[in-house]
Amino acid sequence: MHSSSRRLLATVALSTVVAVVGTACSSGAGSTDAKDADSGTYTVWDPYPQFAKGSAWTKLLDKCGTQAGVKIKRTGFDTSDLANKTLLAAQQGNSPDVLIVDNPVVSTLAEAGVLTTTDDNKLDTSKVDPNLLAAGQSGGKTYGTPIGANTLALYYNKEVLKEAGVDIASVKDWKSLTAALAKVEKAGKKGITFSAIGTEEGSFQFLPWFWGSGAQLTELDSDKAVSALSLWQDWLKKGYAPNSVINNTQTTSWQEFAGGDYAFAENGTWQLANAEKAGFEYGVLPIPGSDGGNAAAPTGGEFVTLPVQDDTGRYTTSQKLATCLTSTQNLYDTDTTLSYVAPTTEVQNKQVAANADLKAWVDAVKAARGRTSDDLGTKYPKISEQLWKAVQSALSGSKSPEDALTSAQAAVK
Amino acid sequence: MGPMKQTAHPPDHRTVRTPTGTAAAPAPPPARAATRRRPASQQWAAWAFLTPVTLYLVLFYAYPLYRNIDLSLRNYTVRSFVQGDAPFTGLENYGKILDDPTFAPALLHTVVFTAVCLVFQYAIGLALAVFFHQHFRLSATLRALFLVPWLLPLIVSASTWSWMLNSDSGIVNALLSTVGVDPVNWLTSPSWSLTSVIIANIWIGVPFNLVVLHSGLQSIPASLYEAAALDGANSWQRFWRITFPLLRPVSAITLLLGLVYTLKVFDIIWIMTKGGPADSSTTFATWSYQLGFGNLLPAFGPGAAVGNLLVVAALVFGLVYIRVQRKQALS
Repeated sequence: MHSSSRRLLATVALSTVVAVVGTACSSGAGSTDAKDADSGTYTVWDPYPQFAKGSAWTKLLDKCGTQAGVKIKRTGFDTSDLANKTLLAAQQGNSPDVLIVDNPVVSTLAEAGVLTTTDDNKLDTSKVDPNLLAAGQSGGKTYGTPIGANTLALYYNKEVLKEAGVDIASVKDWKSLTAALAKVEKAGKKGITFSAIGTEEGSFQFLPWFWGSGAQLTELDSDKAVSALSLWQDWLKKGYAPNSVINNTQTTSWQEFAGGDYAFAENGTWQLANAEKAGFEYGVLPIPGSDGGNAAAPTGGEFVTLPVQDDTGRYTTSQKLATCLTSTQNLYDTDTTLSYVAPTTEVQNKQVAANADLKAWVDAVKAARGRTSDDLGTKYPKISEQLWKAVQSALSGSKSPEDALTSAQAAVK
Repeated sequence: MGPMKQTAHPPDHRTVRTPTGTAAAPAPPPARAATRRRPASQQWAAWAFLTPVTLYLVLFYAYPLYRNIDLSLRNYTVRSFVQGDAPFTGLENYGKILDDPTFAPALLHTVVFTAVCLVFQYAIGLALAVFFHQHFRLSATLRALFLVPWLLPLIVSASTWSWMLNSDSGIVNALLSTVGVDPVNWLTSPSWSLTSVIIANIWIGVPFNLVVLHSGLQSIPASLYEAAALDGANSWQRFWRITFPLLRPVSAITLLLGLVYTLKVFDIIWIMTKGGPADSSTTFATWSYQLGFGNLLPAFGPGAAVGNLLVVAALVFGLVYIRVQRKQALS
């Protein structure tokens, strides 16, 4: 009895070890590595965790899979996680077959050698607007095709402007915008809200003003750049913009605007559905440049890319999947669901025909500029970090706009 | 801290149990004969029992730690991270972070954050523990309510704090304005942001101190207080002459554990201020994350180097903790 029970114990202990090792291995190799086991299954990663199983998006993925004769295994990630997850997966040789990723990340992933070029994968990008495609190009090569685009503009609350006696047609440049904010403030309402948080979102929101002043990302400390930062700082000092913008994400900034007290809010295409629900009449105005005209806003939106695989035979099917996802009809459906502007003129016209309100957004997207464009590529992330730091320093009053931007430029070099 | 404690215990238990087990065995001769005849199988069983812990430690502690040290000693770019051919650069990453303008403020903030949090958490926790030790009616209920901050997920409490401290629509500024105080930019002013995250962290840390110190108080015999009362000691004297000295071992552990916990606080700061504005609430923990994950282009090497500095700091205090524990066990 005694020795047999001991043996039993030993067996139990050993089987525990086996179980522990087993789970460790299976969790290490990862749920994403299904393709080795079953070559008929293709993995797709996207940054749309809001779409659950059974949503239009996952149905579209399955439909494209069926057309290509394969099964789709889809995982939705939080967009800020996706770049690092992809780098780790590539390091382990586990890259997904199709990766849909935020456009400024494309050049970083391309630099890492994670993505195939359109020369390799034969994706057709000829119909895509060149200013949108530029975000996915570096060193003369293209690393994917946009699935949709969005950008920033100014939403305005018609009731608040009416109460303050502001004619929206008079807002043409920074001076007239500031004058409108002053009127709104005098009428006891709040001026403008935006997001100046210390992340990529903060740079994204500052760029239309930065570019609208005529400044270039290669020279952060130019007089024009200083004038853009001074504009924001001035608004905060005078109380036209709330101090909370320093900590606002684009979502919290939208919530402030949706409260109904603010005249203006800088926000994106993706808030259109929420704007309808806000309960007041709103309008959309392209962000003005310092001396009039429309400022270039940064392009947002994702790219469909095909990561490098050990088995290059998979590209043919992956290319079919990507082509299906970006076909005219599917682009239209997807971009309507995402509240994005389509990347091709053909689909844009279709969108405007269906909803005339989108005209302002299509124009804004056509004037928009990729953050990593002009061959900035992987230099952009470093520049952007210094830019948002400078914005935070100036708005919080720890540095003057000149000093903040001078040290930003020094840190980039 | 966790792993060290765990490695220290299992062998202890076995060494204690095996001798008493054999000594107290009801039928010693056959059992001894059996063990003598099968030393190999027993050896195997011993190893088998040891394996899960060892494997666990290797997989989840030793390997990640090794990877982190390796990361910090190589010059990783995104490309070399994926290809795995990053050149070995020795201590270059450490030099880089020492020269970084963020280093000095981050160090200062880490020290201030940790020290101030510890002092207040301990003082408030001790005061509450003594208070609840009086066993008045509802004391158990109230004590349970004090645990709420500890039970809430950090994302919930940190988000709630950042709403309350919002410059324009936060309840704290609303309350201040009713008593005629100017609004404070709690999270968006460089001079207040560190204070705000410290306040939030103290609130979260008090329950831990309360629970540990309260259980420490239970072990002080009531007879001592009765004797002191008979000798005419007032409550203040009873606290300083009895409670505080007898609580010293528990206090030491509470403070040391609290120190290790506070040193690595990341979530609260990240959710409330992202270490900003302009690095004014950046600690080593948030800086490490910022370097490794807060940018589109991750700087894994320097990020890992900052992380290792934290590991070393925690290790030093961990060793102090073990020393204190040993001293306590001896006394």
